[in-house]
Amino acid sequence: MKLAKDYFADQRTEELKELGQGLQRSDVPGHVTGKTSYFADRTFPGMLCLRMVRSPHHHARIRSVDLSEAERHPGVHRILTHKDIPHNLYTILILIQVGPEDEHVLAEDKVRWKGEAVVAVLADSEWAANEAAAKVRIDYEVLPSVLDIDAALAPDAPIVNEHHGQNHYMYDSGPSRKVRYGDVEKGFAEADHILEQTYYSSPIEQAPMETTGCIVTPDGNDRFTCYTNTQAMFFTLDNTSIILQMPGHKLHMVGGTVGGGFGGKVDVTVEPIAILAAKLTGRPVSFIYSRYEEMQVSSPRAAEKIVLKDGVMNDGHIVARQVWGYTDAGAYSRHSPYGAQKGAAHYPGPYTIPNVWVDTWCVYTNRTPSSAMRGFGVTIADFALEVQMDKLARLIGMDPLEFRFINAYRDGDMKAHRQPTTGAALIECMQEASRVASWPVAEKYMQMSSYKGG
Amino acid sequence: MAIRRGRGVAAVNYPTGMNLGGDPSQALVHSTPTGNFMVTLSSVDLGQGLKQVMAQICAETIGVKTEQVIIDTADTDTGPHCMGTFASRGTHRIGNAVIQAAKEARQVMLEVAAEALEVDAGDLETDGEGNIHVKGAPQKSISIFDTALMAHFKLGRSISGRGMFLVPRSYPEVETGAMKPSTCYAHACTVAEVDVDDETGEVTVVSIKNVFEIGRALNPKMVEQQLVGGSWMGISHALYETTEPYYPARDHAGTDFNEYLMPGPGDIAPTEIVVLERPAEDGPYGAKGPGEMCANPQIPALANAIFDAVGVRIDMMPITPERILRALKEQRATAH
Amino acid sequence: MAKVPVQFSLNGEEKAEFVDSGSTLLKVLRDKMGDTSPKGGCLQGTCGSCSVVVDGELRLSCLTLAETCDGADIQTTAGLASDGVLHPLQRAFMDEFAAQCGFCTPGMIMAAKVLLDANPDPTREDVIEALSGNVCRCTGYEPIIRAVLTAARSNSQNAA
Ligand code: FES
Ligand code: FES
Repeated sequence: MKLAKDYFADQRTEELKELGQGLQRSDVPGHVTGKTSYFADRTFPGMLCLRMVRSPHHHARIRSVDLSEAERHPGVHRILTHKDIPHNLYTILILIQVGPEDEHVLAEDKVRWKGEAVVAVLADSEWAANEAAAKVRIDYEVLPSVLDIDAALAPDAPIVNEHHGQNHYMYDSGPSRKVRYGDVEKGFAEADHILEQTYYSSPIEQAPMETTGCIVTPDGNDRFTCYTNTQAMFFTLDNTSIILQMPGHKLHMVGGTVGGGFGGKVDVTVEPIAILAAKLTGRPVSFIYSRYEEMQVSSPRAAEKIVLKDGVMNDGHIVARQVWGYTDAGAYSRHSPYGAQKGAAHYPGPYTIPNVWVDTWCVYTNRTPSSAMRGFGVTIADFALEVQMDKLARLIGMDPLEFRFINAYRDGDMKAHRQPTTGAALIECMQEASRVASWPVAEKYMQMSSYKGG
Repeated sequence: MAIRRGRGVAAVNYPTGMNLGGDPSQALVHSTPTGNFMVTLSSVDLGQGLKQVMAQICAETIGVKTEQVIIDTADTDTGPHCMGTFASRGTHRIGNAVIQAAKEARQVMLEVAAEALEVDAGDLETDGEGNIHVKGAPQKSISIFDTALMAHFKLGRSISGRGMFLVPRSYPEVETGAMKPSTCYAHACTVAEVDVDDETGEVTVVSIKNVFEIGRALNPKMVEQQLVGGSWMGISHALYETTEPYYPARDHAGTDFNEYLMPGPGDIAPTEIVVLERPAEDGPYGAKGPGEMCANPQIPALANAIFDAVGVRIDMMPITPERILRALKEQRATAH
Repeated sequence: MAKVPVQFSLNGEEKAEFVDSGSTLLKVLRDKMGDTSPKGGCLQGTCGSCSVVVDGELRLSCLTLAETCDGADIQTTAGLASDGVLHPLQRAFMDEFAAQCGFCTPGMIMAAKVLLDANPDPTREDVIEALSGNVCRCTGYEPIIRAVLTAARSNSQNAA
């Protein structure tokens, strides 16, 4: 890695002593000696192991649940169903007033995705828990399912999640988060060329090396200590408090070093049920996702469908950009209404375009609920935007890098979400890229600057 | 049938911190009796080195060595609130909270030293080596060690500070979408070069050249860790990763590291990284969040490079050999 | 469940335990012997984070039955430093910033150790080959490869 100190040198006036130095990480001696403590590096006498029984269907009504055989299995201590959860219906973003509650901790009458948790088995060993889980008998009536964005938004589509009433999130602005800036129709009318293209992505797993999990101990004073690898301690505590209807002061979350997160550990899926299990059994409880659960049950990065329509002039200026962005939330909201609307502000990309029209939707399907991942709401948008930029450049016969210089935002430019640009640095990044990649551009672009009027 | 080379570019920006703000982080700082400093947080270190960068930020602000700072974090019984480690918010949000707390603690420390030296606190400065002295008169000096002892045992003062950082929440205007999603943005431009085998559809990444603008590299070695790992993940996303390769059929879904594809140590691309620093006005010592942005530009850059090489557009991620081959087949069919 | 005795040397120390028949070496090391340096990233033999050295050979402890290790000599990353002095691999992983979350690190170090014990002067290709059963999601592998090569170099310098 090279620090290119020539750029923006006038803006770096502070003299730094401890910062700006590649000091050794204080945690690394622990890493290389195997001494760093992760949440699962603990055992407690009498610890029970929690295993989830999960739905094998995308969408089904639960006719009956028969626990009798599983309960008789040696080593089984208790089996939890939705009836044991004080406030079974939840949604994590309720803490910042993004409702409605739309997901059951343990399924009640229906399952809405393949992998949904129905019954939690507690046994004194992992083996016993796995074996007993296999003996839980659930009678399902399979229902028609909706497996992609287009099917979900079709007029006669089955409803995925009754708590929303329709197969998309309802924002205060309607079915989508909207950005309206200038007049795209006028822009398209003036454009020399119009290009409309559709982009797709498939779900991606965060795949941290350490799977999601927690270990809970009852402290004996009606408090519970939960050793967890959550990415957000209080978010987890506060959601647990709601789900268990337990005052927050009874909960103690302890984190440590987490074995990778990448957004995969911001959902609150293991702590509430494990704490409840510890409370109901009086025993320490561990609930750690298997590798299978991490890869296929924990929420991935969403599948997306993105339609981009651009009007471009022969001189290289983009005069209008219209975007329809669809995020496949799967069966439940989790963080998706937030991620989908993050795209709304992002969509025009780092370019100054006079006419912009954006609609971003959060769509419900019978797929694994998606949620946060590194680049949430932006990664797939960037894929679509930047491939589209390449196509536009080629459409008008322009060098793709020069085309981006023409449209790049600079300080003072108004963005489509009506914030003036500050601190821009796209042009300088492209200038340096031109140099390191030996991708020459016309001198006038090398003379440009992100500063106002530059 | 041949190996064809192509090159593509992509340029992106990325907001620092939770979209639309409203995501607080708090920090507490106090000195031990012998002048070490404890920073108490509830933030989580996911491996990016949050604890280390917070120690450096606190040390810089108070004017001590980094090794004198201890980070106590990720415990809800002791640490003040932090919204969490996500959305490239750690360095920016928590860093700002630590600065505020450390400034307050430094002020008390200077007041105590001023009393010892019988001068005005405003006339004092730290030398970064563990001493406080009168500006322009380095001989008139007291160590931080002695200052802390004096605060604890003579003056009965607590050298401590509270810090909090909150970007006020923005509510998007319903009709226009006017909103403030973020206060600062990181930037990147990536040039990717590939070889595509038009017989097998296989892509070899010949080189990746990343330019990242990240505000300020507070610990360049840790920044490099993020950027190198992120660039690898971007390539992985572009060419390999999906939990459901043949959706809706789920029996092909990757359930472990044999089936879920990612580039291994033998598949890594020669990668060059250049970092630019345009300090963010509200960043801790100018820093922005680089952790997420760095994994994005490789994806479109590779898609564009593949088009440049073989003339087919794969508008669906991941860009697998199968998709490339199918597109090439179609291309040949229409050409005839 | 039937308990069986196992006895082996762990990082030079004799250990004996009664364990559930069928227990993996990983579980016994972590839960019974307090050595949590091997990590369970998948428990099904696909990630390498549980790698340990059994009688000089690299093994996935999640797929190794503890009973089969009776009388064996087992080494883990926890026992690599001697008298507080880090092994050259440990130093190199630090110097090259080859660990981020650190979860893969003990397994990587074990895989690298077996390589360097057999081949003190490996090529980059040798290192890649040796690490190819170990997954890391944070680093992009390059720093890890560099660390192993650096360790090999420092070894040969010390030997010279
Ligand atoms: S835990 Fe043994 S290979 Fe993954
Ligand atoms: S350092 Fe996190 S998995 Fe390798």
